[in-house]
Amino acid sequence: MPQNADNVLDHFELFRGPEYQRMLAEKKQLFENPVDPAEVDRVREWAKTEEYKEKNFERSALVINPAKACQPLGAVFVAVGFERTLPFVHGSQGCVAYYRSHFSRHFKEPTSCVSSSMTEDAAVFGGLNNMVDGLANAYSMYKPKMIAVSTTCMAEVIGDDLNAFIKTAKEKESLPAEFDVPFAHTPAFVGSHITGYDNAMKGVLEHFWDGKAGTTEKLVRVPNNKINFLGGFDGYTVGNLREIKRIFGLMGVDYTILGDASDVWDTPTDGTFRMYDGGTTLEDAANAVHARATISMQQYCTEKTLPWIAGHGQEVVAFNHPIGVAGTDEFVMEVARLADVEIPDELAKERGRLVDAIADSSAHIHGKKFAVYGDPDLAYGLAAFLLELGAEPTHVLATNGSKAWAEKMQALFDSSPFGANCTAYPGKDLWHMRSLLFTEPVDFLIGNTYGKYLERDTGTPLIRIGFPIFDRHHKHRYPVWGYQGGLNVLVTILDRIFEHIDATTNVPSKTDYSYDIIR
Amino acid sequence: MSLRQIAFYGKGGIGKSTTSQNTLAALADLGQRILIVGCDPKADSTRLMLHAKAQDTILSLAAEAGSVEDLELEDVMKIGYKDIRCVESGGPEPGVGCAGRGVITSINFLEENGAYEDIDYVSYDVLGDVVCGGFAMPIRENKAQEIYIVMSGEMMAMYAANNISKGILKYANSGGVRLGGLVCNERQTDKELELAESLAKKLGTQLIHFVPRDNIVQHAELRRMTVIEYAPDSKQADEYRQLAQKIHNNAGKGIIPTPISMDELEDLLMEHGIMKSVDESQVGLTAAALATA
Repeated sequence: MPQNADNVLDHFELFRGPEYQRMLAEKKQLFENPVDPAEVDRVREWAKTEEYKEKNFERSALVINPAKACQPLGAVFVAVGFERTLPFVHGSQGCVAYYRSHFSRHFKEPTSCVSSSMTEDAAVFGGLNNMVDGLANAYSMYKPKMIAVSTTCMAEVIGDDLNAFIKTAKEKESLPAEFDVPFAHTPAFVGSHITGYDNAMKGVLEHFWDGKAGTTEKLVRVPNNKINFLGGFDGYTVGNLREIKRIFGLMGVDYTILGDASDVWDTPTDGTFRMYDGGTTLEDAANAVHARATISMQQYCTEKTLPWIAGHGQEVVAFNHPIGVAGTDEFVMEVARLADVEIPDELAKERGRLVDAIADSSAHIHGKKFAVYGDPDLAYGLAAFLLELGAEPTHVLATNGSKAWAEKMQALFDSSPFGANCTAYPGKDLWHMRSLLFTEPVDFLIGNTYGKYLERDTGTPLIRIGFPIFDRHHKHRYPVWGYQGGLNVLVTILDRIFEHIDATTNVPSKTDYSYDIIR
Repeated sequence: MSLRQIAFYGKGGIGKSTTSQNTLAALADLGQRILIVGCDPKADSTRLMLHAKAQDTILSLAAEAGSVEDLELEDVMKIGYKDIRCVESGGPEPGVGCAGRGVITSINFLEENGAYEDIDYVSYDVLGDVVCGGFAMPIRENKAQEIYIVMSGEMMAMYAANNISKGILKYANSGGVRLGGLVCNERQTDKELELAESLAKKLGTQLIHFVPRDNIVQHAELRRMTVIEYAPDSKQADEYRQLAQKIHNNAGKGIIPTPISMDELEDLLMEHGIMKSVDESQVGLTAAALATA
């Protein structure tokens, strides 16, 4: 018996034992139609060639490992950012299990979210009864203050009408008529999670500002001095929003963060389970209509929401996930202008410290080549920071990036001498990235956890920045925005660079001649 | 004037597209700026406006381009008679995919890309029956305010009209959609006018117009034209102009329909003597069997 109760082996130890090795070899021989290993090697090598890359980029009817998720994930992200709000996904259960586990694996916190549990009969007869019963159950069991409804593919294909369904559910007394149930149609087969963020955020604000689906008067804007802040879909939302609040506090900005999940995804372990925690109050969400201006930190997460807010008379400004000195400068100066406040010395000092840190480490980053993938705004922000550091973001890929995004990326490359050999790849997937890493190799790859397979296949060291990050803990607690955030990103990149240097220069008198302990 | 949205529904082959296009052409003559949204995979809702066999549809163009997001409004919108804007949603080939989702996709695309700006009327021309949620898209809130059901004195056309009323009723209580009225497209069946009027009354609405049968419609159709354009001085053109004027004056006068049961519908036919009282002992017997009985 290879396994015994006194010393329980984990599977990756266990499977190395002779019994399992023999079993796996026999399984391959008998059931897996094995191919000559030489042939496997030949094809593997061929897949690294320019010829294969060209075929790969001609691929039109197949996507392999897209670096994106679906709309309802973004809708759930928005919902949990409001006070005592329960995300309610109208559709089948399995989808919702995915949103919950995806967030929980990244944030290491429970993510509460319910589904209307549609099954085959709902697909045939429509999901009205599921909505009526689901809202009643969710309302009575989980005592939310608001239920934010979104949809999965199934409900969208059969054309369920959320507005009518929610009204009917209220007429059938699933929940009180005045209870807030904002909604957004979020077909998972359209766009990506950032589209879902956009639709859901617009859905919530429309609900409060434009008369709660025809049940109350629309709000009349009476401008005040507040600034609204939209973070967009952000894997670093816990650290980032705390940093934004600190920066706004230092600057003396009167602000409303619309969608703030920084508490619910970072609840303390003190004996009390908090199904809901923090979040934008519903009152603040409604009063946000009166703000002087709205800032979106991620343009491509708010493509519909921001113009809609502008239509209510506010000034709107969008950034592309600013990271680093120039990006943060632009952000801070814009905030100062919009809120009519001064930039405090404290921030100027932080800026100086970041510049100092960059200068200290410049020798190790300057001229290095990077491949970057992620959501369009994050990819832009990272590429801009790399250019600032004198590095080359050689390949920048966003599966959910549009042609307009690629043009914006190109304009960024054109603005720096380090961008001369850089290319943006909109709509491409991680299998395209794999080809690029073979045919036009770079020094480092920046991406989420799924990048570890590219690291294994291509030998390109991975720097984990993005969403989701399942295999490293607590990164989401550290901001990547602001000058402090820039410092965190710098350190994350440097750590990997130094680890790589150490790993490749540690054989005495073979690869290590100077016994360096200083980098 | 705020945007007026209407929709034409009715049994397949009843003449919805012909009636709607003639009526809309007459509305255009009244100076109204109009957008037609064809919501039928057959894509024949705009041919008389464009003098074309079939318009490139949103979904066929999207399939070519790869995705709806790759389309521009100019690609899908054609300008026809009297500057009427014409769009066909199209759909999958028969037997595959989901035509209802196609309607949702197309209408979302049009709204997002500003197709509804600077016009007075949007008219949806929807296939046969409200068979699924997709074909109910035009009657969702903030879409069509009034539905006009095209029908005739035929049993199945009346049956469909009643069914469509059920669909409207479902959405009317929670939203703003109303039944604007019935349009009877004459088939020269027995006591057609009385029947149509009775059904309208049962549904709680009005027979907004009785369009008599006239072969000139065929002549115009063969030339891919409306009667309004082909023979503006004809009596039939005048009928459509009357219908257009009535619809124009009918803004805000729609009602929540009161659909009836199948039994009531049969009773209605008996009342007018179209169908004799059914002798249950004869149901299911062939003519030969009845003769020997």
